[in-house]
Amino acid sequence: MTNRTVLVLLDPATEIRTSALELFTIARGLGTVEAVALAGVGVEVLAQLEAYGVESVHQAEFSDAAGRVVTGDERHLPAVVAAALAAAVRRADADVVLLPSSFAAKEAAALTAHALGAGLIIDAAGVSEGDDGRIVGSKRVFAGSWDTSCEVTTDVAVLTVRANAVVPAPAAARVNTQTEPLPVEVPELGVTLASREVKARSGDRPPLEEAAIVVAGGRGTDGDFGPVTELADALGAAVGASRDAVFEGWWDTYVGQTGVTVAPRVYIGAGISGAPHHRGGMQASQHIVAVNSDPEAPIFEICDFAVIGELADVLPQAAEEIRRHKG
Amino acid sequence: MRIVVTVKYVPDINTDRGFEDCRVRRTPDEGTLNELDENAIEAALQLVEAAGEGEVVALTVAPPDGDPALRKAFQLGVDRGVRVSDDILAGADYFATAAALAAAVRKLESEGPVDLVITGMAALDGLGSVVPTLLATELGRPALTLAKKLGVSDGVLSVTREHDDVTEELSAPLPAVLSVTDTANQPRLPNFKRIMAARGKQVEAWTASDLGLDAAPAARTRTLSAGPRPERPEAELVTDKGEGGKALAQYLIKNDLV
Ligand SMILES: Cc1cc2nc3c(=O)[nH]c(=O)nc-3n(C[C@H](O)[C@H](O)[C@H](O)COP(=O)(O)OP(=O)(O)OC[C@H]3O[C@@H](n4cnc5c(N)ncnc54)[C@H](O)[C@@H]3O)c2cc1C
Ligand SMILES: Cc1cc2nc3c(=O)[nH]c(=O)nc-3n(C[C@H](O)[C@H](O)[C@H](O)COP(=O)(O)OP(=O)(O)OC[C@H]3O[C@@H](n4cnc5c(N)ncnc54)[C@H](O)[C@@H]3O)c2cc1C
Repeated sequence: MTNRTVLVLLDPATEIRTSALELFTIARGLGTVEAVALAGVGVEVLAQLEAYGVESVHQAEFSDAAGRVVTGDERHLPAVVAAALAAAVRRADADVVLLPSSFAAKEAAALTAHALGAGLIIDAAGVSEGDDGRIVGSKRVFAGSWDTSCEVTTDVAVLTVRANAVVPAPAAARVNTQTEPLPVEVPELGVTLASREVKARSGDRPPLEEAAIVVAGGRGTDGDFGPVTELADALGAAVGASRDAVFEGWWDTYVGQTGVTVAPRVYIGAGISGAPHHRGGMQASQHIVAVNSDPEAPIFEICDFAVIGELADVLPQAAEEIRRHKG
Repeated sequence: MRIVVTVKYVPDINTDRGFEDCRVRRTPDEGTLNELDENAIEAALQLVEAAGEGEVVALTVAPPDGDPALRKAFQLGVDRGVRVSDDILAGADYFATAAALAAAVRKLESEGPVDLVITGMAALDGLGSVVPTLLATELGRPALTLAKKLGVSDGVLSVTREHDDVTEELSAPLPAVLSVTDTANQPRLPNFKRIMAARGKQVEAWTASDLGLDAAPAARTRTLSAGPRPERPEAELVTDKGEGGKALAQYLIKNDLV
């Protein structure tokens, strides 16, 4: 392995997300790992970085063109995140930048690559070193039906990596993570950010995009998500929905091409027909399970296991059985 | 109000999509206007209607067989359709695509001011969701992306931006680049009057040199391989006769998924 430096975006800096641990795990396979944080890193986060083999953290300190310190929500706008990443690449002479595949991170990745003249791969499911030492990203495309691999031909490679691409694993040995302030000048944005609200993550359920198990409800719930949440909670799963269910106001986040893309170990769809737009956001899941009263439901074409039946009967019974199994 | 809407010609997601020689396989009757660009067209038409005057120009970077996307845009009510095709743009990556779109917008600007460029939130084939912000950067205009709600007043565009678990209120003075989500509006359907009007409209075909782009922007990525995934084995189907829930639980337990 050549002596590469791999930068990983750490946002938020005050709590560690599973997606960040996955990125560190991938990064260790490529070279020396360093993180870029948009704010001060807490003690607990630092302990995790040490366990995951992160050699140093570039802690961005933003100021505007006039030298005034910037600490507001603007720090999270993609153009500002990109300014920090590009500054860190230049300082560390880094070769690879890894980000999660959220919408905001994709934009930040694009702007970072633009500033550095670097090649960009969005939504990689794996990152490796090619025969000639270049970075290769593998992607699953067309609603999970094709696998592609793509080589980055520039010196610096920027990639966003989808959730659940690897199982996070700490490094063989702890390291002593160094924290270094990184001065970043906030670019002229031309936009005014009037407000920014982050939806509170419920402490009880894992976030949809990162969960190992997802239970999703559709129009077939007829508005009652009780059976869906009951099974999810028995499994420790996240809850999602189809777009139709969200448009009806029955749930707040949907899975699909225009919603959240998930690739968990298990996806369970209840009362969801399996429209192409929905499939596009879940077809890369490892195990697909469906519960649907229509024996002809299209979702059966892509699932591994299915129950033809009423979800209001099937889900609570499954939840009961799971709870019994877990003891 | 003069608005450019970028639209992409993509394989229909209801068809069997795939690759040939590491390029997206294009079969003429399976190509279509990227559905999410209908939201962009709708947003543009509504803004021009509200302003009482103006023009909506649909712009695509596509091979010459990409006209069906523009024809569909005509049927929805756009005034003009411009297609940029050139061998040097074949296989364009995100950056080359954004650069070509920006050059075409500048050419349209040389005819008269462009107040707004509106894009979809993603192209349903590439699914990068990065062209809008790159296009804004190329044009040196502010980017307001992933708008769920939008409004223009006194030359200022305001949006509610929703992404991941974040909601933001942002604004920027025109001219700007805007991307809209699939929840921003309900795209109109082609009606008889618009379909008739569309028949008289011609696609304007431009080449890279018309835009002052002479050399191919160097590609920064190269596709090494593309292969179909193995078919999933036939699903195990259980009809619920009172034990369906237990069967589901047993499937998960048996496969070590609990
Ligand atoms: C541009 C665009 C983007 C879109 N993006 C997305 C997206 O990202 N995600 C998404 O999900 N959708 C998306 N959609 C919508 C998508 O096309 C479908 O309309 C939607 O996914 C259907 O939702 P559904 O499966 O809940 O409803 P339906 O298709 O109505 O299916 C309901 C299912 O429930 C079953 N059912 C009914 N009663 C019961 C019962 N008692 N027990 C068990 N089963 C029952 C029925 O047999 C049926 O199969 C998009 C659409 C457009 C136009
Ligand atoms: C499966 C697949 C994977 C790919 N992966 C990569 C990759 O990892 N890296 C890379 O550099 N390139 C990649 N490409 C190439 C990339 O898709 C093209 O450059 C494409 O034109 C722009 O990207 P997008 O389709 O992701 O668009 P998005 O950024 O998702 O498009 C958003 C909006 O931009 C506008 N737009 C996008 N393309 C055009 C166009 N050609 N003409 C007019 N308007 C347009 C539309 O309004 C659209 O709604 C990939 C292509 C495919 C088919």
